[in-house]
Amino acid sequence: MASPPFSSCSVKDAKVLMVGAGGIGCELLKTLALSGFPDIHIIDMDTIEVSNLNRQFLFRQSHVGQSKAKVARDAVLKFRPHINITPYHANVKDPEFNVDFFKQFNVVLNGLDNLDARRHVNRLCLAANVPLVESGTTGFLGQVTVHVKGRTECYECQPKPAPKTYPVCTITSTPSKFVHCVVWAKDLLFAKLFGDKNQENDLNVRSSDGASSSENVEDVFERRKDEDIDQYGRKIFDHVFGYNIELALSNEETWKNRHRPKPIYSKDVLSDELAQQNGNLEKNNVCDDELSVSAMASLGMKNPQDIWSIRENSRIFLEALRLFFTKREKEIGNLGFDKDDQLAVEFVTSAANIRAASFGIPLHSLFEAKGIAGNIVHAVATTNAVIAGLIVIEAIKVLQNDIKNYRMTYCLEHPSRNMLLMPVEPFEPNKSCYVCSETPLSLEINTNRSKLKDFVEKIVKAKLGMNLPLIMCASNLLYEAGDVEDDMIAIYEANLEKVLAELPSPVTGGTMLTVEDMQQEFVCNINIKHREEFDEEKEPDGMVLSGWTQPVSAAENKDKSVGNGASPSDALVTAVESEKNDEITVVSTLKKRKLPEETDISCADAEAKHQKQLEVIDDEDDLVMLDGDLDSFKKRKLS
Amino acid sequence: MSWNRLRLGMDGDGEELTAQETALYDRQIRVWGADAQRRLSKAHVLVYGMKGTVAEFCKNIVLAGVGSLTLVDDRVATEEALSSNFLIPPVESVYGGKTLAELCCNSLKDFNPMVRVSVEKGDLSNFGVEFFSKFDVVVVSCCSLSAKKLANDKCRKLSKRVAFYAVECRDSCGEVFVDLQDYKYSKKKQEETIGCDLKYPSFEDALSVPWRTLHKRMSKLYFAMRVIEKFEEAEGRSAGEVSIADLSAVLKLKKDLCIAQSLSESHVPDALLERLVTNATEFPPVCAVIGGILGQEVIKAISGKGDPLKNFFFFDAFDGKGIIEDISAK
Ligand SMILES: [Zn+2]
Repeated sequence: MASPPFSSCSVKDAKVLMVGAGGIGCELLKTLALSGFPDIHIIDMDTIEVSNLNRQFLFRQSHVGQSKAKVARDAVLKFRPHINITPYHANVKDPEFNVDFFKQFNVVLNGLDNLDARRHVNRLCLAANVPLVESGTTGFLGQVTVHVKGRTECYECQPKPAPKTYPVCTITSTPSKFVHCVVWAKDLLFAKLFGDKNQENDLNVRSSDGASSSENVEDVFERRKDEDIDQYGRKIFDHVFGYNIELALSNEETWKNRHRPKPIYSKDVLSDELAQQNGNLEKNNVCDDELSVSAMASLGMKNPQDIWSIRENSRIFLEALRLFFTKREKEIGNLGFDKDDQLAVEFVTSAANIRAASFGIPLHSLFEAKGIAGNIVHAVATTNAVIAGLIVIEAIKVLQNDIKNYRMTYCLEHPSRNMLLMPVEPFEPNKSCYVCSETPLSLEINTNRSKLKDFVEKIVKAKLGMNLPLIMCASNLLYEAGDVEDDMIAIYEANLEKVLAELPSPVTGGTMLTVEDMQQEFVCNINIKHREEFDEEKEPDGMVLSGWTQPVSAAENKDKSVGNGASPSDALVTAVESEKNDEITVVSTLKKRKLPEETDISCADAEAKHQKQLEVIDDEDDLVMLDGDLDSFKKRKLS
Repeated sequence: MSWNRLRLGMDGDGEELTAQETALYDRQIRVWGADAQRRLSKAHVLVYGMKGTVAEFCKNIVLAGVGSLTLVDDRVATEEALSSNFLIPPVESVYGGKTLAELCCNSLKDFNPMVRVSVEKGDLSNFGVEFFSKFDVVVVSCCSLSAKKLANDKCRKLSKRVAFYAVECRDSCGEVFVDLQDYKYSKKKQEETIGCDLKYPSFEDALSVPWRTLHKRMSKLYFAMRVIEKFEEAEGRSAGEVSIADLSAVLKLKKDLCIAQSLSESHVPDALLERLVTNATEFPPVCAVIGGILGQEVIKAISGKGDPLKNFFFFDAFDGKGIIEDISAK
């Protein structure tokens, strides 16, 4: 018999949906089952990997490769055989998980690893009017938030930190941090050598007047028929680490206030021994499994935490390149970087390090470079367990409709006001949120140059996170994704290739477009503003979406110094517990929501400018609450 | 995938992490580093009292990759004991006749083949100092106040430092006590490395700090837990052996203690005591929270990474706060 506020009756009839059976998901499913939840549905598209096993405790070595949702179900039924668990080995964005599907649940619990899916679930929960408990962890940090339509802010009421991007010229010409070198090695050099040849690639240094290097440069990367692989490798090496740096140096303007890079040629770091050595390596590569081909193994280097010398990096670089062309030739032209591809990681690590050496940037180990290149999010079991416990506590309050006691809770690494777990009142909905209110957005775009296709890719999908969009201008349908009648397909295809101003129903300055996602049951209006020019570096999309009116801020607090405790490592991140997250990196944006009583907490689920008063539940209220007089729990009212 | 032995770097005694460990622990090595992982793999942990919170804790440190985990709990499994323990299948043919420690051991072994999990039999108070010397970390739960104090004292008699933790969950509340004795560690602040030195009191010394000397906003849970603990001790009961029938006696004891300690009774709300005696069984979400925090603290103490908490932690699902209190003589 439990005491009233956590009585089991609300749980006994509950039907809940869990999205994600990963780090948080395993813990959550266990805690839900122990807490008496009788009917749990769980969606996860992933299969189990070795690096999951240190924290996703429902999985074993023998389960590697199997569906997370299904294995998690079986594992939990072993200690709670009489509950219903329905697993879906599927993507939550699949059309079967529509609004009607969501409507059958009392509450939805997210243990997701990417922004895209979180936004999708947020919209479905809003459309189905089902409360959502959202969560995230990274390392020792974590957070749980509650989203109830019309009562608290939705997941998208505050703009999320954008994926970290770097100006093209920083990557191509003026790197100052190791991460710039990794991005160059991965997104430019690796892609150029092993990826799709038709993709645009900024690898070659651009001089300040914008002119690209001469035409014949293309030939450098193309391996000539019968060209000796070692010679080819050295040619690439000398071109990208030597010649290109010389070329960049010739532009004096760039280096006026910068450290000048030094060109590195293979003959300077490697003597001729290499050619002979490589000849003897064949016998070491007996294994044919492509992912086990390794330049480290063939060079007898073992420790992924060692920082290699420039010479070692150069040897790895040439050996990795040689192995790609000799052992994995078939894949060349279609390779994308994958953090689980050992040879790719070796190549990127060595290339990033050689470039770093050129620019006087400290070198890093393969272990570190892999973390940066693969956007690997740090994860431990304990934080996931704590967060899962907090999710269940919020879920029970939601089932009891105990609105006054909903909390968002931060799990901190360093205590703030003596708290490791800090509950705060949820925010009210943002009245200008384009998702949960009907506020229109506005888009600046060159309507004479941008095609409908650009608008769909760069705005509707990338920015608005729509899955199956439909675009209307007045009452004319311009485009629809998904199941469409045959005769319309051709029309939509043709529309995609047209510039906005020349569409059957022209889109020009002043036009209002309606964009809708049928699956998410989410509509938003976009006011179009024509603009002629865009800054290539700052506005690479060639269009600018705006409309998140910043909430009225308690801006006076902004410049006050941080009172106590909160250190940068307390910065929480939104996205997280991630394996496959190729989009969001650890976004330790340091923004502060101001707490009363001179306490700061840094948290990351809102933009820096977003500042609101957070109310920490005060000690003095304990008595009141325990006496059951919940109404006098003086708090900012939820609308 | 072939597990050829890749080294992750060596330390003084030449111990190394295998490629298998590196692959398994990749995500957490990114949090606390290879050195800490190596220290974890050499640590020996003793756990006494296998309820839900301790089961959660055991899962966490087995996953983290400690060297060994020794479980002690001779009680025979009953349906009640299983209520918040996911390590035991609730099938009589499986749990019948076996002790809680044996059952939990079987499940925990599966979680991580690289951790040695074993069972010892016996009563906490009967283990000698010698016994405790085999461990680096001792966690006790579900036993009397005097048994906890005694075990803590035995750990303190040893020349090597044995980290001691007492943990208890009742209703939707939980408490962790930490004794790291004299704990020195270093931490990085910007570029500098700062040496830190924390002096912990024993359980006995912490509990004997006069209540009126504690700060005004001291967690009410601290006082409430002491009242119930005292009650159980006076009645000769084990932790958790209380019910609503004891409420009036518990409230009377609270009054007496508050008078004796010159503390206003408002610091120990009757409603809180009522919750704690009415429902002594654990609330699974709180087990997860407390077991997670305890796991994190033990990992900190073993690895020497991070600021350990000193010396009490309280969590109450009612207000959702997880609070650290330092209760030591001035
Ligand atoms: Zn919103």
